[in-house]
Amino acid sequence: MRETSGFRNEVPDPVFSPLSSISRSLSLSSSVAPCLRGSIPPDGLVARILYSSAVDGPGNRAVVFLQGCDFDCAYCHNPETRNLCDHCGACVGACAYGALSVADGAGERRVRWDEGACRDCGACIRACPKGSSPKTRRMTPAEILSRLETRKPFLSGITVSGGECGLQAAFLEELAVAARAAGLPALVDTNGSTDYSKLPRLVEAAEGFMLDVKAWDEGVHRALTLAGNAMVKRNLAFLAGAGKLAEARVVVLPGRVDAEACVRGIAEILRTGGAAGRGRTVLKLIAFRREGVRPAQVALPVPGREELEALAALAGSEGLHDVVIV
Amino acid sequence: MRAALDAVRDKSLTVSQKYMALARVAESTVKALPVSDSVQALRDAGVICDLYEGAAPFRPRYVVPDYERFMKQGSAFLGLEAPEDLDEALASLLVLYRHVPSITGFPVYVGDLDALIEPFLDGVEEERARKAVRLFLLQMDRTLTDSFVHGDLGPRPTRAGRLVIEESRKLKCAVPNLSLKYDPNLTGDDFALLAAECALDVAKPSFANHRIFKADFERLGFDDYAVVSCYNGLPKGGGSCTLVRLNLARLAPRARDRDDLLGRVLPEAVRLQLEYMDARVRFLVEESGFFESDFLVKEGLVRFERFTAMFGLVGLAECVDAHSEGRLYGRDDEADAFGLEIIRRISEQVAAHRAPCLEAAGGRYLLHAQVGIDDDKGVSPGCRIPIGREPELTAHILRSAPFHKYFPSGIGDVFAFEPTARRNPRHLLDIAKGAMASGLRYFSAYAADADVVRITGYLVKRCDLERRDRTPDLQNSAVLGRNAVNNLGVLDRRVRT
Repeated sequence: MRETSGFRNEVPDPVFSPLSSISRSLSLSSSVAPCLRGSIPPDGLVARILYSSAVDGPGNRAVVFLQGCDFDCAYCHNPETRNLCDHCGACVGACAYGALSVADGAGERRVRWDEGACRDCGACIRACPKGSSPKTRRMTPAEILSRLETRKPFLSGITVSGGECGLQAAFLEELAVAARAAGLPALVDTNGSTDYSKLPRLVEAAEGFMLDVKAWDEGVHRALTLAGNAMVKRNLAFLAGAGKLAEARVVVLPGRVDAEACVRGIAEILRTGGAAGRGRTVLKLIAFRREGVRPAQVALPVPGREELEALAALAGSEGLHDVVIV
Repeated sequence: MRAALDAVRDKSLTVSQKYMALARVAESTVKALPVSDSVQALRDAGVICDLYEGAAPFRPRYVVPDYERFMKQGSAFLGLEAPEDLDEALASLLVLYRHVPSITGFPVYVGDLDALIEPFLDGVEEERARKAVRLFLLQMDRTLTDSFVHGDLGPRPTRAGRLVIEESRKLKCAVPNLSLKYDPNLTGDDFALLAAECALDVAKPSFANHRIFKADFERLGFDDYAVVSCYNGLPKGGGSCTLVRLNLARLAPRARDRDDLLGRVLPEAVRLQLEYMDARVRFLVEESGFFESDFLVKEGLVRFERFTAMFGLVGLAECVDAHSEGRLYGRDDEADAFGLEIIRRISEQVAAHRAPCLEAAGGRYLLHAQVGIDDDKGVSPGCRIPIGREPELTAHILRSAPFHKYFPSGIGDVFAFEPTARRNPRHLLDIAKGAMASGLRYFSAYAADADVVRITGYLVKRCDLERRDRTPDLQNSAVLGRNAVNNLGVLDRRVRT
């Protein structure tokens, strides 16, 4: 691996990381051959639905978080969305409200979650040894939109996030199409590991994409996320060219993220992508925060205000004037 | 005369506050109203509460002048001609304000500010207009020293409205309270967004559901309405003689069970409060002389036939909780349905009553969700979901909305937002639009770290809330705010993300 000064390049041993099997099991259940698309409604594995959010795109948006992720970012603040529940049952005893139970049916053991009894205390998530959650459920786009029906007057649209929603591409596409038809266009919050140039129907239906650029240098990206970033950069260029790159986001974590290189790299791609891409894209600089991260990451450094403002100034000098610091 | 001497010696009061305190002491020595034993029993039990309105009403509780008429005709009593330019317009209004009485001693309504100012902005260049508006607002804050002073804006966007909002945001004053009469079709997104950004910083303007207010007041026989005091809807050019409130939290323990509450205890209490209100109204109308002698009446700036009265209530949440066997109001559908039934019955009984000497609304009193007073402890304002128990934001609005239609003379909900909401004011606007569409009558919002805080309905500057020394406050409402923070937990509202 190339040494880049100031950044650690060793890849830590994952505790539990069936990344490729996640992608496979998610896409097996949600990929539907084109000829069958009209007959079987695809469902997706949903981690949770937030009815309103001020921080997931402009206006008030409902957020649909999908379960499963192919990255393992050190600073992940919702690590329980990464892995699939294997129904081991370790969480059941942790629930003080009787919302979890184990059912053995058809020779298969399953953990059942009673949404009505749930108080959202998070005890089950803390008790899970597999980086997952017993509260995930399969839902079709129609079921999701039906849940949002009473909230429609309050919403500008929806945002699909996760986990990594791109891993359930066929479902994501149907959800984006259905959402637009329902008057709630979808923003897609993604790590860019899925090739969106192969999903024109999704790109057309979505209101836009909010793309995380975790790191610029391939080595730094791998150390941070356990995955490469070639596809991320291809998506950056493609989505900008398609006029659908609503946001490019960089989480600023001193010593682990080459934020300056990200800013320069994003600016370069937007420049070569043409004025259309640059004009519509907001660069969001997100300060790393400790809330919700895994215990091993609680000691990671929080960037200072000056560092964030220096990055914003750099962006300005590179022609990126729509910059938001969060 | 202990109370009078205490007021005289109170170092935390300004001289004018001492005057008011002494006046209240004097008024309390008068036995002017016939009060039956049954009414008195409920007053002693704290079930019927007259909000310290006084034992001998000598002025209507809320006076809502027709300022548009004043701008056209001036005032003979005040020796003012109709204003002809911006300076004269603002000066005339400031003069009139000092002569509009109310329960607070200051006007509870200062007009539809943009409609009053806009005609005088023609040909006035921007910086001069801005400075004039700024000084006008400043003078209000420093001389009408009570944040129940309330100005309205909208529903249409205007240059004057924009200046009032922009300067209010910079001044960060508690006075005046502001409401935007909001109709998404008439107000437009740009102006509404300006209002939303301002609200996050200084807790005003609130969003009043113009369509609902307008329709309700037309149905009641009035051609126009104003939002005054906390969030009270009243006829323009009129007002309210009195506001008495039924404390449902105090009423609940007097009933054995739900059937007893709905069948006996509640109707009896409503009947007795109506009796008490009739006595207060009669005294004001027939004995105080206000409607014969006050210049506002003589010059047509208020008209007797536009004066109504407000049947208030508080503590619905606690009343429902007490009779729902562990189910919680605001969280449980069955409990909420019971709450709605209580309100429906009160509304029906009040609507069937005719005030003996009022003409407005065919003699009917209007229902009002009273916003609480500073010494309320364990009594939620109106029909509000108690602080500490609030559901998710849109669920909260959807649960509260069905109650709002019963309260034409005012009801409102308050929401605190995360400071990050400032970056996305469109989010607040979306919420406001959804609230209007769901039938919410009135919606107040602020960012949790804002310099100005909405207490229960009125505003107080954060620095005044945090003061612990006992020196006098400029604004009479500041001490109410401090007490409310202690007793009502208003700073503990759920913060919305």
